[in-house]
Amino acid sequence: MPEDTAASGTFTTAPVSLYRRTVNLLMTSAAALAVVLVLLPLGAIFAYLVYKGIGALNWDFLTQTPKPVGEIGGGMANAIAGTGLILLIASSMGVPIGIGAGIYLAEYGRNRLGDLVRFTADVLNGVPSIVVGIVAYAIVVLTQGHFSALAGGVALAIMMIPTITRATEEMLLLVPNAVREAAYGLGVSRWRTTLSITLRTATSGVITGVMLAFARVAGETAPLLFTAFGNQYWNWKVNQPTAALSLQVFTYAISPFDEWHRHAWAGALILIILIVIAVSAVRIAASRGMLKGAS
Amino acid sequence: MMADPAFGAPRLDAPQPLAEPQLVAKAEAKSEPLIKAGSSHVADEVFRYAMLACGLCVLALVGIIIYELAKGSRLSWHAFGLSFFFRSEWDPVNEQFGALPFVYGTVVSSLLALLLAVPLALGVAIFITEMCPRRVKTVLAFSTELLAAIPSVIYGLWAIFVLVPLLRRFVQPWLARYLGWTGLFEGPPYGIGMLAAGVILAIMIVPIISSITREVMTAVPQQQREAVLALGATRWEMIRTGVLRNARAGILGGVILGLGRALGETMAVTMVIGNRPEIARSLFAPGYTMASVIANEFSEATTDTYLSALVEVGLALFLVTIIVNILAQVLVWSVTRGMPARSNA
Repeated sequence: MPEDTAASGTFTTAPVSLYRRTVNLLMTSAAALAVVLVLLPLGAIFAYLVYKGIGALNWDFLTQTPKPVGEIGGGMANAIAGTGLILLIASSMGVPIGIGAGIYLAEYGRNRLGDLVRFTADVLNGVPSIVVGIVAYAIVVLTQGHFSALAGGVALAIMMIPTITRATEEMLLLVPNAVREAAYGLGVSRWRTTLSITLRTATSGVITGVMLAFARVAGETAPLLFTAFGNQYWNWKVNQPTAALSLQVFTYAISPFDEWHRHAWAGALILIILIVIAVSAVRIAASRGMLKGAS
Repeated sequence: MMADPAFGAPRLDAPQPLAEPQLVAKAEAKSEPLIKAGSSHVADEVFRYAMLACGLCVLALVGIIIYELAKGSRLSWHAFGLSFFFRSEWDPVNEQFGALPFVYGTVVSSLLALLLAVPLALGVAIFITEMCPRRVKTVLAFSTELLAAIPSVIYGLWAIFVLVPLLRRFVQPWLARYLGWTGLFEGPPYGIGMLAAGVILAIMIVPIISSITREVMTAVPQQQREAVLALGATRWEMIRTGVLRNARAGILGGVILGLGRALGETMAVTMVIGNRPEIARSLFAPGYTMASVIANEFSEATTDTYLSALVEVGLALFLVTIIVNILAQVLVWSVTRGMPARSNA
């Protein structure tokens, strides 16, 4: 190509060879095909969830406890409540610690200890959920002597913390230093500045982080298998085995009974609705809030 | 961060007579006057330590995880030593435990998933960042994010009732007929087995790989693209030489991150892999992974050695995923943080 332009002396656009055009076209279509292939399962999963789930969903499903094998009807009310209970326990532990650690990293963490904590949070984020289950089993179930909602909550809290920590840190760092300086200049103490000025400014971003962590653990099953364990009946006690939506879906899905399969689909539909609500709330918050600057 | 003393100190110090030795001594400890002036100092310190405690919690959690796993697996470690990972016997009745089938199942299903997912994820990332119009971009990005938000158990449910029958009826007979000679696609097409696990894992890790790839591709400076286009490159040549080459370390990081996720994935795999501790060459055969053996047998483990063996599998899984994740982080950082302009390397 350089020879061409040198020979003619003027700058002309050389025609793109057929080979290069073909490769370009092939690659473009391959990328588009990849998108289709990836969206296909997404569409299929949602279509099946709605198609199979709606059929089994009724008022009983939302208000009754499971019926024994062979009986038609019954529901997952106790599992829905159990998931709520476990998530409540998990959030009440995970959210404050996660936000606190995030504040530490953003406001005091510009040193080696901070780097270590940051690194550990990333490590914790990558720990397989089943391993977190083993640890929650070891520290809660073995101490108590039986399975409990608390153990499930602890497991999910451990999974929430790193996500919330890193999101909080990121959001707090987005707050301009001038805002902090303005507060200091007015004589506001440091802790007050952090809580009512910096954190307040970053609220929507921090909430986004919390909701993402929430959505991530809401459907977790593996760490609940031998912590919350599951329960066929109502349970409101923190230190008793508790049913959870995800656990129930798992148990029913691998069972050999058609009626239970229908219930598994309905349970999965409820679960995904909860999560999609959480994720879309995040999206809306993100599009309005200050997350814009972040990503 | 600004220390309050920087503002307060000079003003408070100035009026004080320097002649008195006591006060000179005080002035040397620079922040001291302000400590007394600012009544909130104690509150500040308390707050700081409270936040520090939260930070240390994160540190402690990882410590606890390592400690508990090490403690729990001691029994099995003493009984079998390193050979635990090279024995293929898994016999709870006679208390003989070897983790080789699980290691094999985890590795094979994850690699199979990568093989299927990487080209797809790259394609999606390329399409979203370089090819599609802005409006479609947000929709596609949101859809792939949604794919990442679906819980593992729902993937499993879908796999059992939709994917597995599809594989059994259409894909596996086809593979057996045309690729059966490789030995990888032999035996009865159950549907359930290593292949199903690999496919569902691939679907699950595509969003992670493609979102990281998108991130690092966006980090490549626009000038790179313009420069390559100005030289007369087609769009694909621009993507290949201008973008992919600059982002390759980060893309590799994304792939490894996907691998980390696949290694630790539990529920969906447990539901479709068949859960049999055997090593078979054929991908149609049922297998077992490290994560799924823990999920299935942990609450039923009756003896101490049995439980300990499962915890040891967990410890191994933990260590491997940690190493894989750290490697991935380093690679991603090398692109998104540093200069991506080492294109001649």
